[in-house]
Amino acid sequence: MISFDKVGYSYGGGELLSEISLTLSPGSFHFLTGPSGAGKTTFLKLCYAELLPTAGRLTLFDGEARGLSRDDVAMVRRRIGVVHQDCQFLDHLPVAANVALPLTVTGKDAEVADLQDLLTWVGLRPLADALPPSLSGGERQRAAVARAVIMSPDVILADEPTGNLDWEMSQRLLRLFLELNRMGKTIVIATHDMNLIRTAKGQVAARVLRIQNRRVQLAGADL
Amino acid sequence: MKELLQRLGLIWSDRASDRVVPPTGHTAWLTGFTAGAMAFLAVFALALSLASGRLADRWAEALSNTATIRISAPPDQMTAQTRAVLNLLGTTPGVQGARALSPEEQRALLEPWFGPDLPVDSLSLPQLVEFTEADGGYDAQGLRLRLQAEAPGAVLDDHTRWRRPLTVAAERLRLLGWLSLVLIGGALAAMITLAANASLAANAQVIRVLRLVGAQDRFIAGAFVRRFTLRAAIGASAGVAMGLLGIALLPSADAAGGFLTGLGFQGWGWLVPLVLPVMAALVAWTATRIAALAKLRELK
Repeated sequence: MISFDKVGYSYGGGELLSEISLTLSPGSFHFLTGPSGAGKTTFLKLCYAELLPTAGRLTLFDGEARGLSRDDVAMVRRRIGVVHQDCQFLDHLPVAANVALPLTVTGKDAEVADLQDLLTWVGLRPLADALPPSLSGGERQRAAVARAVIMSPDVILADEPTGNLDWEMSQRLLRLFLELNRMGKTIVIATHDMNLIRTAKGQVAARVLRIQNRRVQLAGADL
Repeated sequence: MKELLQRLGLIWSDRASDRVVPPTGHTAWLTGFTAGAMAFLAVFALALSLASGRLADRWAEALSNTATIRISAPPDQMTAQTRAVLNLLGTTPGVQGARALSPEEQRALLEPWFGPDLPVDSLSLPQLVEFTEADGGYDAQGLRLRLQAEAPGAVLDDHTRWRRPLTVAAERLRLLGWLSLVLIGGALAAMITLAANASLAANAQVIRVLRLVGAQDRFIAGAFVRRFTLRAAIGASAGVAMGLLGIALLPSADAAGGFLTGLGFQGWGWLVPLVLPVMAALVAWTATRIAALAKLRELK
């Protein structure tokens, strides 16, 4: 599904990621950890072709990342739901429209009932008509999660999804990711939250990847 | 063609793409205003072009089939030379008919220049003989030689000398009118390209979010194309309405009979400006699409 073969990524001067070889196979569940600035976000950006590798070969759904046209990249992103750290929205559209945006850009209409269920699930139903700038950090994060899953994508990438959430909401979010994983979705969560990883431990065969010294390593045994 | 129609159809049907781009105040009304101003000017350029075309046709038609012979002879020979010229014309191949102008007709010709009280009888004026060409035309050089031999005071003026520059001038004026229309269209395209680029740059964050959720360039460009096309069409419609009103308020051609008063539209010509909003929309559609796709390539 997403396959790294000796992939490296360099910013202007230095090399941030190097010699990464791994495969995110269908239905797998990964946590990505590492110190701040280690390259977790860069790794995720490589996964949805926001960045292209400067070395090695990265394959996204059978297509080599560097050979993808802009339209191909768009098609890849329809199969990947992304929850950003700095959840970006269209500030002039209400929350409900922002959550339904992936459907809008593909020309599909959101079923009102489904959309309301999803908003209820992330606890944003009362804020469906609110504009994003009026949301708190946690509310923005929940809206971003709802937007990422609305298309039922094959892969879900989440960058510190519980960073602004309370414990209860973090657990609900984890349950959603676990449920999606049981449905065959591939999940990658970049997080510092060890409690989240421990909680997941008993429920899913998740793998923990650790980025250290520019390389991705398997952090000990499978959880 | 089918693809073009589908793309044009998007302008009217794909409101979803329209919503994702935030409304922009100044760009919106400036685009509409500029399209309106350009359309207003285009109406006058079109009127100028059509009027000068009519003028060129009229001059060409009025002057192409007639010629004049001017007889300057002593009074006692005038009648004889006039008769000689008429006889000569009667036997000239390519001449359909000929007649000598009466003193009243000659006075009428001079009246615009010297006023109605000109004592024509007391002046030694040349006698004018007007003749009409047949379809095949006549041999002007041969006629001149025969006139020289049989009526030495007669000079052929076949109108070509001054007809041609007038017709050419009117044709050039018509061409200038069309050129103005092209320039107006170009200026509109340039302005809309600039506005679209500014709008795309101002909405870089929106584009980033749309791309993140899988929007293709066609969808993103469609939002801008639809918006600018509609603004241009609405602005141009208002401009055309104002322009037509301005033309309608010009003095009637019949009242004074000059070129400037004949600047209006005639008959079906009043319908021609209705094409301008469609043309403005097409220009805006093309300019915005090219600008948007180029900018989106840049923002890769």
